[in-house]
Amino acid sequence: MGGEALGWGEIIGRMFMQFMPVWIALVITFALSIAYKRRLGLYGKLFDSVIGMIGFAMVMFWIFTGVFNGFFDLIATHDVLGQSSSMKNKPPGTPYTKLIGGVDPDAYGYYLLGGDNLGRDVFSRMVAGGWEVIKIAPFATIFAFMVGITLGLPAGYYGGKFDTTLSFVANLILAFPVILLFYLLVTPEIVQTGIPVYLAGVLFIFPIIFLVILWNSRYFTQPATRNLYIGITLVLGLWLYLGIAWDADPFGLISFPPNLLVVFVSVVFVNSPTVFRIVRGLTLDIKTRDYVAAAQTRGEGPWYIMLWEILPNARGPLLVDFCLRIGYTTILLGTLGFFGLGLSPESPDWGSTINEGRKLLTIYLHPALAPALALLSLVLGLNLLADGLREESLRD
Amino acid sequence: MGMFILRRVGVLILTSLCLTFVVFFLTNLYPNLEKLAKTQGNFRMTDEEVATYLNNNGYLQPVFAKYGQWLGVLPGYVIEGTDGTVRAKCAGPDEPLEEAPTFCGVLQGNWGYSTVFRDDAGGIIAEKLALTGKLMFWVMLLMVPSALVLGVLAGMREGSRTDRTLSTVAITTTATPEYVSGVIFIAVFASTTVGLKWFKGTATSAMDGANFENFFLPVLTIALYGMGYIARMTRASMAEVMTAQYVRTARLKGVKFRNIVLRHALRNALIAPFTVIMLQFPWLLNGVVIVETLFNYKGFGWVLVQAAGNNDIELLLGVSVVSVFVVLVTQLISDIGYVYLNPRISVS
Repeated sequence: MGGEALGWGEIIGRMFMQFMPVWIALVITFALSIAYKRRLGLYGKLFDSVIGMIGFAMVMFWIFTGVFNGFFDLIATHDVLGQSSSMKNKPPGTPYTKLIGGVDPDAYGYYLLGGDNLGRDVFSRMVAGGWEVIKIAPFATIFAFMVGITLGLPAGYYGGKFDTTLSFVANLILAFPVILLFYLLVTPEIVQTGIPVYLAGVLFIFPIIFLVILWNSRYFTQPATRNLYIGITLVLGLWLYLGIAWDADPFGLISFPPNLLVVFVSVVFVNSPTVFRIVRGLTLDIKTRDYVAAAQTRGEGPWYIMLWEILPNARGPLLVDFCLRIGYTTILLGTLGFFGLGLSPESPDWGSTINEGRKLLTIYLHPALAPALALLSLVLGLNLLADGLREESLRD
Repeated sequence: MGMFILRRVGVLILTSLCLTFVVFFLTNLYPNLEKLAKTQGNFRMTDEEVATYLNNNGYLQPVFAKYGQWLGVLPGYVIEGTDGTVRAKCAGPDEPLEEAPTFCGVLQGNWGYSTVFRDDAGGIIAEKLALTGKLMFWVMLLMVPSALVLGVLAGMREGSRTDRTLSTVAITTTATPEYVSGVIFIAVFASTTVGLKWFKGTATSAMDGANFENFFLPVLTIALYGMGYIARMTRASMAEVMTAQYVRTARLKGVKFRNIVLRHALRNALIAPFTVIMLQFPWLLNGVVIVETLFNYKGFGWVLVQAAGNNDIELLLGVSVVSVFVVLVTQLISDIGYVYLNPRISVS
């Protein structure tokens, strides 16, 4: 058995060193942003608010960690799936040993945050878990926004039967307890029936519809430009759509693992109705403004008014909600992991790791505590960022 | 007002019907039924045996027929199985068929049979609801007053140091989901190896005799997540009221700050939080599921996980009816209460 166990001071020092690329990237980002903040619009104004800056730093920390670890393999010290039976439930700072065979001399000498119940490195799994979240949460939120905006704008603008029906359906989905919905949707049996694929087929078409209407309403007086934009959108969009939703990419380049798809779809499905309600409410408010009346008098089409007059004026509240919603999506992904739904049990995402760790929680704290604090810091960062944005966008 | 309530109750019933049908449809998909048959029989059943089992127990009827029977508007099935036994939905295992009633659905007060617990679903739900009710009562008792105090203190002097500190606390609690705060609390207060060892890490013993030691952590965990949100709403509403004309007038008259807050501002500032508290119930339901799983407290949320995990159709339907009912009734109460508290709004 090699070496002494590390003390807490040394553990923190070594973790600080492991995150060095992240610190460098953070310092560069902040130096550049603060230097040019007067020219960067709302993003630059964020650096006037202390709370916003703290939130931004916490979010960027996890984004940089995810990118450096996911693409360059820089941060993590061990393989996330590598087990060592002599490291089971070992406290933080234990020297890395193996029961069978020698230790690879190039391997990192310690488990900085200890080992979990299978003898895997908690620190590496925590770092890798961040990437799992950052891979899914922002995109799921963007999709939910596309769905919510494409349906919420006409519902608020036209009102009537269309609005009543959609609002009823939105309230229907919102009346479901989220966990019950997850238990019904995210199971291997449901994946077998193909329902997630159909849901994905419906939900993922909305971004394409949104972009096509967006370009068409803006450039319909210049057919050449319009056709170019719509053409690009359709070719790229349908290619991605076929690959992601139906797993039928004609070139065989894009595919999406089915158990990830079901997680993605159910998170979008849960988030869309709330976005729909927010967009609908904002539209109801903004459509009574004078500039909308002016556009109507000019003879602009309804979709132009909705997408190019109403939507840009709703951007403040929507941006704030977007930040909050990424945080909420992160919580939802953690909930899925916590109940062992969807992602594979080996997956290093934070929810699954907390679920693994909670079984022996009162005896061995570290396997569950590390991912719990990591998740807390990311969601807190997003909430603080949203708060900073709200403050700065209200100041205008 | 009467029309308004009547219309809302109509929407409530329509929503419950739609939702239970969705749950019914999803749990009755064939792969789910196959799983149910295998957990009821044994895991090595062949496909034919599964089909026979399902057919004999009435699972292979059309989905609308089964839903009608569950609801109690269609007569329960009477099926002569391939093994020669006649089974009827409305007859218990040992009852003679002749005495069984024709209809036995929810409308007749029969919530069906739980395949996991091998018991009457209605009885299980009632018993577990009582346990969760106890949990919720203490959560409310802890959450509402502390959230209101926090919000009023932060909102009465907007932008002050107290406001900034309390708002940051509120943001932090909303950013901490129950499974994170629960883990942290257990680590700090309940670990057997390190920490303070003040409380117990499980609440199983609280089901019979709840005391401070075994019940405080689950209550605190649920209360904390909802508290931040209510506090922020209270703060916003309080800050708005404090800028109102009548508060300025009172201040110019020389009324003490204490009295302005307590006599003039508070009542109007509490209208918005009331609706928010009511709308928090659906969120609390999620918290209950997580916390009951984490602390092993066998209440309503725990039953939801058991029923959903084992595809226990009738129990799960009962659970969804109750939770949907809670969500919609709290919405209704929040709307009506808002009208009563705020004289500027009328329904018609």
